[in-house]
Amino acid sequence: MEQWYGYIGLILDGAVVTAKITVLGCALALVAAFTAGLGRISRFWQLRWLATAYIEFFRGTSIFVQLFWAYFVLPLLGVPLSPLQAGVLALGLNVGAYGAEVVRGAILSVPREQYEGCKALNFTRIQELRHVILPQAFVLMLPTFGNNAIELLKGTAVVSLISLSDMTFQAQVVRAQTGSTAVPFLTILFLYFAYSTVISNSIKALERRLSRGLDVTKG
Amino acid sequence: MTDPIIRIEGVSKSFGNFEVLKDLSFTVAPGEKLALIGPSGSGKTTILRILMTLEEINGGGIFVDDEPLWHMPKNGALVKADEAHLHKMRAKIGMVFQLFNLFPHKTVLENVTLAPMLTKGTPKAEANALAMDLLAMVGMADKASQKPAELSGGQKQRVAIARALALRPKIMLFDEVTSALDPELVEEVLNVLRKLADETDMTMLLVTHEMNFAHDFSDRVLFFDGGRIVESGPPDQIFTNPQEERTQTFLRKIVAAGQRI
Repeated sequence: MEQWYGYIGLILDGAVVTAKITVLGCALALVAAFTAGLGRISRFWQLRWLATAYIEFFRGTSIFVQLFWAYFVLPLLGVPLSPLQAGVLALGLNVGAYGAEVVRGAILSVPREQYEGCKALNFTRIQELRHVILPQAFVLMLPTFGNNAIELLKGTAVVSLISLSDMTFQAQVVRAQTGSTAVPFLTILFLYFAYSTVISNSIKALERRLSRGLDVTKG
Repeated sequence: MTDPIIRIEGVSKSFGNFEVLKDLSFTVAPGEKLALIGPSGSGKTTILRILMTLEEINGGGIFVDDEPLWHMPKNGALVKADEAHLHKMRAKIGMVFQLFNLFPHKTVLENVTLAPMLTKGTPKAEANALAMDLLAMVGMADKASQKPAELSGGQKQRVAIARALALRPKIMLFDEVTSALDPELVEEVLNVLRKLADETDMTMLLVTHEMNFAHDFSDRVLFFDGGRIVESGPPDQIFTNPQEERTQTFLRKIVAAGQRI
């Protein structure tokens, strides 16, 4: 039993790495999602084209391949990245591509009356987005953003393939050293589940807070 | 005779193959209260939406304060207006909508202060004071800190009127502002409009199905049918002695539906 304390410690170290990649990856995904999502509905075709190209590329290719590109191919092009940087970049951009469609869909689902109200009050397009459309659209984005964040969390397991010692990687180490699969993998099973519960509860709390007194369909 | 504040000259507008407005021309004098009546689909709401720049025109021209609305002068010719020109022109015009279009995530007070703060750079304290005056005028001062979802339809519409007034437009457009309200809430909104008509010299264009109110409120009535003005004149003439057969038919139907005119 004694020996397991050390091994569990190893897995908890990995859990910290997983948390770090998840948080940084989500931050990058959020920025990418808003940039590309707003790009998709821009008046300028160049921006629409760029955003569409990004979204289609990252949704249409495997996260596994993207990760290997970030870690093994970018250095050949003169951009050496640490495993953590490569992991955050690949996961953030991948999930951001899905998030961009969520941003776009939510913005377009704000009722036409809200846009017309803004125009009648002579807001510029930026003011309209910032003060009226995005605050309402953001509430609509939250549930899907929660799913995307959980997808990103689960996706972090692939970073063990570029030698980043996240909790899946550490579980493999423990398995190799002890010959036991059940204990390390049961541990990380619970840890992943605990993480995703934290994410989904936080999103639900945020959603409740932001939608208080809000009835989006009836101005 | 003063110069008209609005000149509509030969305006046409189509949605797909459906021609909503056909070579429409009329003028509005400064301070005039104009009621636009007519059957659904006759083009009266479209005129308001065009004036608010929510719909483009397909032909003709509109002048507000002697400046073209949908066009702008460039190298001696009139070209299609750009966003900057539309922005400048919109400052003269306010609109109140059938479905209120309040911002649901903002309080009543914020709904009214947002536009002056954003578009005129009014300091917050000043915008708040102005908003409270306007909310008091529409009888909504005690609801300033509530969200729109907590209000009745009539209350929402009164807030929407205060919100549009906060930008001090020269021209106000009212698009069927009581059509979405329960019958018992109509009067509180009409009272606010009566007060506005009596106490201000704003030019007001009102699209309505409340014939009795149109009669009391307006200086002049335009009867629309099929994208054209069929008949226009002072309310007494239009409602008690209409000359055109289509006007007579329309008003008979309204009376048959139970309205007093």
